[in-house]
Amino acid sequence: MATLGDLERTVMDLLWATTEATTANELRDAIAEAPAPEAGRELAVTTVLTVLSRLEKKGLVERERDSRPHRYRAVTSREDHTAELMHEVLVTAPDRDAVLARFIGSVSEAEAQTLRTLLGGS
Amino acid sequence: MFWASWLLAALAIVLAWPAPIILSRAAWPARAPFTAMVLWQSIALAGGLSMIGAMLVWGLAPLGDDLLAASGAFLDLLSDDASAPDLGVIHVFAISAGVLLFAHLVFTLALTFVRVRRQRARHRNMLRLLSSPSTDQPDTVVIRHPAPVAYCLPGGARSVTVMSDGLMELLTRPELDAVLTHENAHLHQRHHLLLWAFAAWRSALPWLPTSRLAQGAVSELIEMLADDEALRHVDRATLMRAIVIVGSGTPTSMRQESTPQSSQQEEPPGTADAQGDVDVPLAGQDGRGAGSPSAARIRRLLSPLPPLGRVQQASVLATAGLLLVVPPVLLLAPEFLG
Repeated sequence: MATLGDLERTVMDLLWATTEATTANELRDAIAEAPAPEAGRELAVTTVLTVLSRLEKKGLVERERDSRPHRYRAVTSREDHTAELMHEVLVTAPDRDAVLARFIGSVSEAEAQTLRTLLGGS
Repeated sequence: MFWASWLLAALAIVLAWPAPIILSRAAWPARAPFTAMVLWQSIALAGGLSMIGAMLVWGLAPLGDDLLAASGAFLDLLSDDASAPDLGVIHVFAISAGVLLFAHLVFTLALTFVRVRRQRARHRNMLRLLSSPSTDQPDTVVIRHPAPVAYCLPGGARSVTVMSDGLMELLTRPELDAVLTHENAHLHQRHHLLLWAFAAWRSALPWLPTSRLAQGAVSELIEMLADDEALRHVDRATLMRAIVIVGSGTPTSMRQESTPQSSQQEEPPGTADAQGDVDVPLAGQDGRGAGSPSAARIRRLLSPLPPLGRVQQASVLATAGLLLVVPPVLLLAPEFLG
């Protein structure tokens, strides 16, 4: 059973894949044709609208107000969202280090050079 | 009871200042990271307890021979309006300071907990939209990004390890295993709880040498512990290669990445500066230089030292245990010691 979270993901994938503003009806049809995990799912338009309004509240989706029915588009590209998320990961601040544990922070050029020299032989 | 407060104060000062400085300069923690971690925890706990205890015990000393009796007498004073000729303004001040410090520490701990959880939840929400599950690793997701990045996001059953496809391209299978075992060790050994507690300790008392040094040492030690876990599965050279690729690869690729390649989609005006933001903190990150937190970890892998001897480890653990026993004894039963 797909949760609202999974649906949000599917909807965002569809909106990120196009530059056109899209209506809830078109999104519902696209979800029905989409590959896994929502394959062949018949959704009510109201469900799609619920998901869209949740995404709008989160600032991920915007609505064109002058059109009827409303057309929706992604506020920012997927790449920009990813860059923002990675920014959160790569910035080192003492109070943020408690949020997640990164494999390694940046290594100084001297350290990297030493390591490369040592590993070069192996 | 009066002199117990002075002993507690002396202990608090030793644990707040000289002890953490000596420990943070010592070389042996790299040879026994777990033992060192236990010692740091007991220094923090005993330090906090003796700070609060010293003030309470000193302030309550005129009212009774031990803490329980004196606190009882103090509460009677508060409710009955009885007079206490021995209790001066300075004693009341000490009692209030002790209570306030205790409240401050508990409150900061709770506040940090809430803040960290909220940030994780927000991060997890975005991650769910932007990543896809790894095809061959459980509880691991892949995010589309050119920089080689790996991290774990703790959250009980929803804990997840994240890697970028840039990382998967750059690393060989064994190197990737080294990274993933390292990250899973963080999750299994609950390192985020330690980071949370010491981050709170630091934001509660930022001006105290002990809180700053302890947080630095703890984040270094958990990396060593996770490295040790990774070394059970892969050899040292593989782990070091993974470190050098991820550690030196990240900033460069981020700079390449920040030249907008995402122009397939028209950029709304409000987000125009989002790309520009990326470079600023990274420039600062380069400035971490030789004293970077990674330095000790790398040195340790470059020239491995034998683990600390059993006797030394046992004596460190005994010290840690003693540190945890002494403040409560001084607080509750000072007559034991004299």
